[in-house]
Amino acid sequence: MEGFDLIPILAATLRVATPLLLAALAGLFSERSGIIDVGLEGKMLVAAFAAAAAASVSGNVFLGLLAGIGASCLLGLVHAYACVTLRGSQVVSGMAINIVASGLTATLALAWFSMGGQTPPLPASARFLPITLPGSEALAGVPVLGRVYAALIGGQTALVYLALLLVPLSAWVLYRSRFGLRLRACGEHPAAIDTAGISVARLRYAGVLIASVLCGVAGAYIATAQGAGFQRDMIAGRGYIALAAMILGGWRPWPILLACLAFGLLDAVAIRLQGVVLPGIGAFPVQAIQALPYLLTVVLLAGFVGRAIPPKASGTPYVKER
Amino acid sequence: MNAALPRWADLILLPLINLLLALGLTALIVLATGSDPVAALTALAVGSLGSADAIGYTLYYATNMAFTGLAVAVAFQGGLFNIGAEGQAYLAGLGVALAALNLEFLPPALLVPLAILAGAGFGAFWAAIPGWLQAKRGSHIVITTIMFNFLAASLMVYLIVNVLIAPGSMSPETRRFTTAADLPGLASFGFPSSAPVNLALVLALLAAGGVWLLIWRTPWGYALRVMGESPEVARYAGIDQGRMTVLVMALSGALAGGVAVNELLGAQHKLLLGFTGGYGFTGIAVALMGRNHPGGVLLSALLFGALTQGGAEMAFEVPDVPSEIVVLIQGLVILFAGALGNMLRPGLSRLLQRKPA
Repeated sequence: MEGFDLIPILAATLRVATPLLLAALAGLFSERSGIIDVGLEGKMLVAAFAAAAAASVSGNVFLGLLAGIGASCLLGLVHAYACVTLRGSQVVSGMAINIVASGLTATLALAWFSMGGQTPPLPASARFLPITLPGSEALAGVPVLGRVYAALIGGQTALVYLALLLVPLSAWVLYRSRFGLRLRACGEHPAAIDTAGISVARLRYAGVLIASVLCGVAGAYIATAQGAGFQRDMIAGRGYIALAAMILGGWRPWPILLACLAFGLLDAVAIRLQGVVLPGIGAFPVQAIQALPYLLTVVLLAGFVGRAIPPKASGTPYVKER
Repeated sequence: MNAALPRWADLILLPLINLLLALGLTALIVLATGSDPVAALTALAVGSLGSADAIGYTLYYATNMAFTGLAVAVAFQGGLFNIGAEGQAYLAGLGVALAALNLEFLPPALLVPLAILAGAGFGAFWAAIPGWLQAKRGSHIVITTIMFNFLAASLMVYLIVNVLIAPGSMSPETRRFTTAADLPGLASFGFPSSAPVNLALVLALLAAGGVWLLIWRTPWGYALRVMGESPEVARYAGIDQGRMTVLVMALSGALAGGVAVNELLGAQHKLLLGFTGGYGFTGIAVALMGRNHPGGVLLSALLFGALTQGGAEMAFEVPDVPSEIVVLIQGLVILFAGALGNMLRPGLSRLLQRKPA
């Protein structure tokens, strides 16, 4: 196994884990407020398209990011309106958003860019580029540390750092701020929030909108940092893996980070194991590694190993007592 | 919010209005892309119903959607949301293919029913596990069935690419099944032999009739509907909900397996990657539009079959509108008929009550 170098694998892990982390934190805020969000995938897809389209037309990657967040928030508002105001089924609404997003982005991409459902490939100036940290060259001579500093700690795009910073921030907001306390209470026992004279609906709209902003960043990352343009259905199930990471993380920010890093590592290793022949087994079954996040989620939810307990009131519309 | 509507308005008027909203919004989007919505809709109608060949394709797609629509609807009657029809249909394909490839020596009269049973059995098995996990371990069926879709996809990719692939073949598919396993087409009903509609359509109709009998004419069906309406009442009445959950999920998965029968035995005659083509998700739209009733499911399956076939034709006729617009329509129908279902209810109810009956 020559060339099985650890540093590129870890760097790839960070890159792959970033959109998962953003989307899983999105799911966290939504579900903590009491709204189940299976529409992470669709919001990321719409954001990826809007970000790629805006960046391609304007040439400005930050306009792309804003467009992505905006598009994701529009879908989020629909979700909140359906789930909070109309008290409709949250799962049905989430699925509808995923399917609408798939059809809408494919339709608009073909009609606006006439490139078979893609956006034009983005030039480097309209993408988030890896940041070279100051002092990388000075440290380049140092054996291990130099490469770790240049290629793992440095050499990532701005959104990777943003995602990592959001973990302590989310933990602080959820567990140390008044808003976070109220949001969590809203997901556990909304009647208490209502009795305290705080609007359950407003808190839930806030939870869904925070989730939409984070999904917007995640989608923009996939189209303008990891990739260079939009392709049909390019989220490829990452919204659902994020959902799995959120569940495995037990609806808490730091364990979610761990789950996302683990999924990222699995993915990075799986790509390198493709075509490797194991003695006695034959070609390595890459699908087994790809299926692992889903399998782990099923096992954990079933309580065979540990127990995943969702916010108590998530999924149930709140009806004011009369 | 629970404004009472007359039965006909609830069953016919409201779904129609929601469908019109979805189509209207789609027309606006087509307009926004700079194409002519009238031309697009005309191409859609002609492409789906304009010739015997087109109708043959429409009915072929509608067969898939009737099966997944029934699968989702049956689970809904018991208060369960089965998002896993896609994966269940995929696994059913494995059952169909294993039977068709390994029992070649049997005559058609035995081989075809066995292959169908194998498909239904595999689909039922793949759906019963999430049912069992919810009943006995308390894991949420929605999340588990989502995960099982991905597990099915990984498993099938592995099996087709590494195990079942035809020797020497480059494309990921099995060898052709024996012709003894072919479901006959409906040429005797006047469809051109090029249209892939086949005997599975008749099976879908029979399945719809069977589901209706089971749910509205048997004690088991009554118990299922009680469980769907109110789990508390069901518990008080001594209904074994764990057992019901596993059984109704198995039934749902077996129905989803009909997609494998229609696709593999009726049209493709081999197992190939991704043959389920999203029909499991379309089934959600079909069930919601059809109000979870077998008759409604058949009608809305016909509608969505026509949309799918017409959409493919439209993509040829109207250059800037892709066939994916059908996916958009499906999504909007789920949104309006499902998630936003309460939006028009109060207004419509007020409107109808003002008029003397």
